[in-house]
Amino acid sequence: MLIKRPDDIKPSDIAPREVYERRRELIKLAAAGSILGVAGPLASVARAQEKSLGLEKLANVAKSTLSTNEPPTAYKHVTTYNNFYEFGTDKADPMQYAKRLKVRPWTVVVEGEVAKPRTFGIEELLKLPLQERIYRLRCVEAWSMVIPWIGFEFNALARLVEPTAKAKFVEFVTAYRPEEMPGVRVPALAWPYVEGLRIDEAMHPLTIMAVGLYGEVLPNQNGAPVRLVVPWKYGFKSGKSIVRIRFVEKQPKTAWEKAAANEYGFYSNVNPGVDHPRWTQKRERRIPELFSKRETVIFNGYGDQVASLYAGMDLKKNY
Amino acid sequence: MQRSITATAALKAIVFVAALVPVARLAGALLFDPEALGANPAEFITRTTGDCTLRFLLLTLVVTPLRKLLGWHWLAGFRRMLGLYAFFYGLVHLSSYVSFDHVFELAEILKDILKRPFITVGFTALVLLLPLAVTSTDRMVRRLGAKRWLALHRLVYVIAPLGVLHFWWMVKADLTEPAIYAAILALLLGYRVAAKLKDARKRTARGGRAPLPQARANG
Repeated sequence: MLIKRPDDIKPSDIAPREVYERRRELIKLAAAGSILGVAGPLASVARAQEKSLGLEKLANVAKSTLSTNEPPTAYKHVTTYNNFYEFGTDKADPMQYAKRLKVRPWTVVVEGEVAKPRTFGIEELLKLPLQERIYRLRCVEAWSMVIPWIGFEFNALARLVEPTAKAKFVEFVTAYRPEEMPGVRVPALAWPYVEGLRIDEAMHPLTIMAVGLYGEVLPNQNGAPVRLVVPWKYGFKSGKSIVRIRFVEKQPKTAWEKAAANEYGFYSNVNPGVDHPRWTQKRERRIPELFSKRETVIFNGYGDQVASLYAGMDLKKNY
Repeated sequence: MQRSITATAALKAIVFVAALVPVARLAGALLFDPEALGANPAEFITRTTGDCTLRFLLLTLVVTPLRKLLGWHWLAGFRRMLGLYAFFYGLVHLSSYVSFDHVFELAEILKDILKRPFITVGFTALVLLLPLAVTSTDRMVRRLGAKRWLALHRLVYVIAPLGVLHFWWMVKADLTEPAIYAAILALLLGYRVAAKLKDARKRTARGGRAPLPQARANG
């Protein structure tokens, strides 16, 4: 069709990205100047990123039967509503500031209780067998999304370094770069961000290292260039922009446990039966719905695959 | 500073309309352009109206210090409106929580209020604002008598700290924003304590008695 309907025309069709981004900044500034200064996303930040940021496409991606057939959350929401405190604690901060993160070159050190410790360049990781995994993501803040990740199973990486019998846990460390991450100036968490899994959780086929979403490489705000995704746990367990993976004997102390152990336990499996001390986990809001009307399902609906990992464990104590 | 009555009335009208801008924008977006509210419209509405509530609460507390320090006595006429806006935004804030977060499940809401300290203090603050809003009319001032009315409205010195505490306890990790509110509140309440102490000292001095050494040390 030659003549576009007005709602078909994206700002990016009319103006180069720099221009419309600056335009958005201006709108935001104007809004912030309003008497109460509570304008925020009203400036429609989201609208510029309708379908894609035009990032590098990923090739040779296999489909997976582990994907859900629920409709994926719109790209613009997946990439504009993020918790990535290294770039600020507001949901819009990562989208705004994460472009400062230099994701090439990038290396991931894999070490600890392994026979063959190694440092992987991101190019090597991208050559591992990639699959699309459409997973539900349930945030501890009681909202959820459906995200078409692209990644490889963590166990594929683990096999290359050969964990020893002493490897009982895996620790995941996020990049800490004060000059590229404005959020780390605030001591909101103990930097660098550390997350951890039990070895059997890490080796589970559902646990992936994601390098992309919606067919393209990860946008920085979603944890580029490589991040963990553990779909049956609250989102914060899935560390972003990973630089170090350590196989260890003792249970790692995670960033959120250090911040508030009574609110964020080591396991943090999605569980409607265990409330967060400050809000209920019974229901969730599927972004961008207005009402929080969905019943949250134990293990985020992945119980068939993972419940056996916790057989005999008191999940109320081991939250 | 002297101002004409018409200038004050005009300014009042401007403030009245400006104070409606945030809620008008939210309502407009909700009805005609939900996308503009971002990925989590409910959260945005709850946060925005919560911010507005706290800001109006602090604004009501700014009136007296400004009046006394700068002699802007015409400001006194703005306090009622600012206070009523605080209550109004508090109600919208509560409605957003009741509807969007809890889909009107009253049992869940009650449990939340009783069980979760940050909700308990926030809800208490709003409940305490209710009698102040109800007695905000001239007729109620006359009916209660100035002294009792003033005593009742000192509740704001409890309400505002509860409001800030509500925000403080709600935040997950980064306390910068609640700390800013707390600092402003401390300044505004500190001013009143200082003014009281100064007053008391003056009175003692006028009474002909020498102030106690203790009082002098504190002054």
